[in-house]
Amino acid sequence: MQDNIVLTMRGICKSFPGVRALNNVDFTLRKGEIHALMGENGAGKSTLIKVLTGVYSRDAGQVNIAGIEGDVAIRSPKDAQAVGISTVYQEITLCPNLSVAENIYIGRDKRTLIHWKEREKKADAILQSLGIPARAAQQLGSCSLAVQQMVAIARAVDADCKVLILDEPTSSLDEKEVNMLFKLMRELKERGVGIIFVTHFLEQVYAVCDRITVLRNGELVGEYPIEELPQVELVSKMMGKALEDLSGMKKKEFTPDSTEEAVYEAHNLSSNQGVKPFDFRIRAGEVNGFTGLLGSGRSESVRAIFGADHVTGGVVTMHGKRVKVSNPREAMKHGIAYLPEDRKDDGIIADLSVRENIMLAMQVMNGFWKPVSRAKQEEFARQYIDALQIKTASAETPIKSLSGGNQQKVILARWLLLHPDYLILDEPTRGIDVGTKTEIQKLVLKLAEEGTGVTFISSEIEEMLRTCSRLIVMRDRNIVGELRGDELSQDNVMKTIAGGNRT
Amino acid sequence: MNKQPKLRQREPMSETQLLMTIAICIFVVMYGLAIVFLGGGFQRTQQFFNILNDNAALLIISCSLTIVMICGGIDISVGGVIGLVVMTCVVYLNSAGASIPVALLIALGIGAAFGVVQGFLVSYLEIQPFIVTLAGMFFARGMTTIVSVNPQKVAHEGFLALMKQKIEIPWLGYVAKKGNLVPARLEIGVIIALAVVVLVYVLLRYTKLGRGFYAIGGNQQSALMLGVNIKRTRFIAHTLSGLLAGLAGFVFLMHTGAGNATNASAAEMNAIASSIIGGTLLTGGVGNVFGTLFGVLTLATIKAIVPASGLTEPWWQSITTGAMLCFFILLQSVVLKKRGSKKAKAAKE
Repeated sequence: MQDNIVLTMRGICKSFPGVRALNNVDFTLRKGEIHALMGENGAGKSTLIKVLTGVYSRDAGQVNIAGIEGDVAIRSPKDAQAVGISTVYQEITLCPNLSVAENIYIGRDKRTLIHWKEREKKADAILQSLGIPARAAQQLGSCSLAVQQMVAIARAVDADCKVLILDEPTSSLDEKEVNMLFKLMRELKERGVGIIFVTHFLEQVYAVCDRITVLRNGELVGEYPIEELPQVELVSKMMGKALEDLSGMKKKEFTPDSTEEAVYEAHNLSSNQGVKPFDFRIRAGEVNGFTGLLGSGRSESVRAIFGADHVTGGVVTMHGKRVKVSNPREAMKHGIAYLPEDRKDDGIIADLSVRENIMLAMQVMNGFWKPVSRAKQEEFARQYIDALQIKTASAETPIKSLSGGNQQKVILARWLLLHPDYLILDEPTRGIDVGTKTEIQKLVLKLAEEGTGVTFISSEIEEMLRTCSRLIVMRDRNIVGELRGDELSQDNVMKTIAGGNRT
Repeated sequence: MNKQPKLRQREPMSETQLLMTIAICIFVVMYGLAIVFLGGGFQRTQQFFNILNDNAALLIISCSLTIVMICGGIDISVGGVIGLVVMTCVVYLNSAGASIPVALLIALGIGAAFGVVQGFLVSYLEIQPFIVTLAGMFFARGMTTIVSVNPQKVAHEGFLALMKQKIEIPWLGYVAKKGNLVPARLEIGVIIALAVVVLVYVLLRYTKLGRGFYAIGGNQQSALMLGVNIKRTRFIAHTLSGLLAGLAGFVFLMHTGAGNATNASAAEMNAIASSIIGGTLLTGGVGNVFGTLFGVLTLATIKAIVPASGLTEPWWQSITTGAMLCFFILLQSVVLKKRGSKKAKAAKE
């Protein structure tokens, strides 16, 4: 083994019943390097990591670690820690009710009695040397998520880890926090720790990483120094084809004074979630978007439209008729469908099958006394699994075993089954891979072509610019501007968010 | 590098400390009010000592409950175990050639046996602690009647002498009407119970095992990932709980000197209530035995105040206790919520 290499994995294979998750994959990690492990959902990233951390056992292949003779068998997370492999997961795996110092040391104590002063002094020293803004005696729960994540890293560093795996560490952090984390990662790099970085955010890869390993369908595509792999090529390597150009797709333009009837129109709508009264209308076949910073009220606005929050005032008309929408059921009856932001909490029912998850909304609309026949259900499920290309073993697979992007498609199918006149999609593309993102955008445009009004919300402005023909810009729970046609550009959106009522 | 906050800075109280402080304040205020408005007995130290004397066993099983509740579990068998231990010890002591140390061993043995079996079922077979200890409670109550249906009094002379042993503290006494000094008297059971409190405090605060209790109560999954042996930790918590319940049975007998099939009935509920008043959360991960001590005192004081203020019918005690328990829990959740929202604000800034 070369001197500067801390970890090599050679010819790793892992199969699950019916699926070949990893096929002859190689991976090499050098000392003091940040190495991105990239691939679409289901490419085998998590499987590779789980093999390395002893959660799964490998079917074939060899793992070598610097300083240890021969093949290293890793049978449990504890084994992994013992040979210097530490993992920091997306969800914080620390105890919020204990102090920062305890979280660094618990489970690694040799002595039975705890010397608090000494322990806190040592913890403070580590925190300080890594530049982590936390105090040892502080309760962990009182730290921000980013700091908690850094405490987890501090624990790994103190455990003398040679290989640090960061699995989607940035997905719940804001920009400032991400930068703090990157600083810490660079600090560790200086100390010679090899870091494996798994993320969905391409820009972040280019901000900190030295090297990229790309996986696709359980196979190794290649290992590249970061300078030799521009972003566009990375994406095409991940997907196995060039990124499809969406610009060719036509967006229907509407002029403000066009006479077409609005599918949905609201006047002075407000809710108890602090949304100031606003006017809004959308026509058949139009795709509009709400944009603004996090917390600007974009989700709250659509929740008010769907009646998901308590509506405190306003007049709603649909197809020119006055209607009352004060809860989601009424909204559904009037042909409004809403795909919520939080897929895990508001969207999927994890233990039910794909078919049952698809049928849910329709069953509610039909009423529980009129069940849809099993044959009919299976037909619907098959139809949408084909139409949306949902990757699932069968319609009866529990939805929790699907990847994030495919779960999102199932929920989308649930609403499409109702053939809504007005479809609201709140962050449908968050946390899913580039390929599926494109598919969902295409689907949105296709639905609009068929005459559905669609509201599309995304944190990625580019995505909205590609998809929407009209953007409503929000700030501090107020609509501060509306952009359409030629005005649609990233610059204009930024200016409107920053500048206020100049439109 | 980021500028570090000063290390000597005072940390804000943790939930555990905050809830304990509330419990102590409530007790002090309540007892103070009782002294001012009810006067009489409450002005004497002996009244306070009586509360301790009557509740030594409750204090010990409240420590049991605090331990298992910090782990996120529950143990409702403790009352039943007390009943069984008391009855068994009485029957043993009344047999020929009985000795006190053996009686104590029997008490601890019964408690430990319950603890080990329940701990095994809860941690290694992963059965709900509520169900396991509910079964334990029924089992213990049933066994009690098998040991003896009829109420029995201890006749063992050595034990009777032990019961009479009291610690007299003259300078805390009062001068009776006849002019002679009556010293304040504390039973040995109270000393045992207070020793248990101190030991459990040290266990929870300063040992690897004790911190493991907090860790698995805070987030079991995380504790596992952090390398805590969660099964063994939970097993030990239940074993300790059972062992303490056995000890509590012995202390109970030292106070009453008689066995009865309904001994310590519903004691587990009082213990749970005391722990909660003392700031232990049913959800786990938060709690402190000193808080529990004040929880027991608070509960007992309520029960002493109610008849003293003229509501002599027995049901008023239950009604007041229920209302107060409700009030404490509301107070706790309001305080924790306020803190939560403050924290969220601070985190945003």
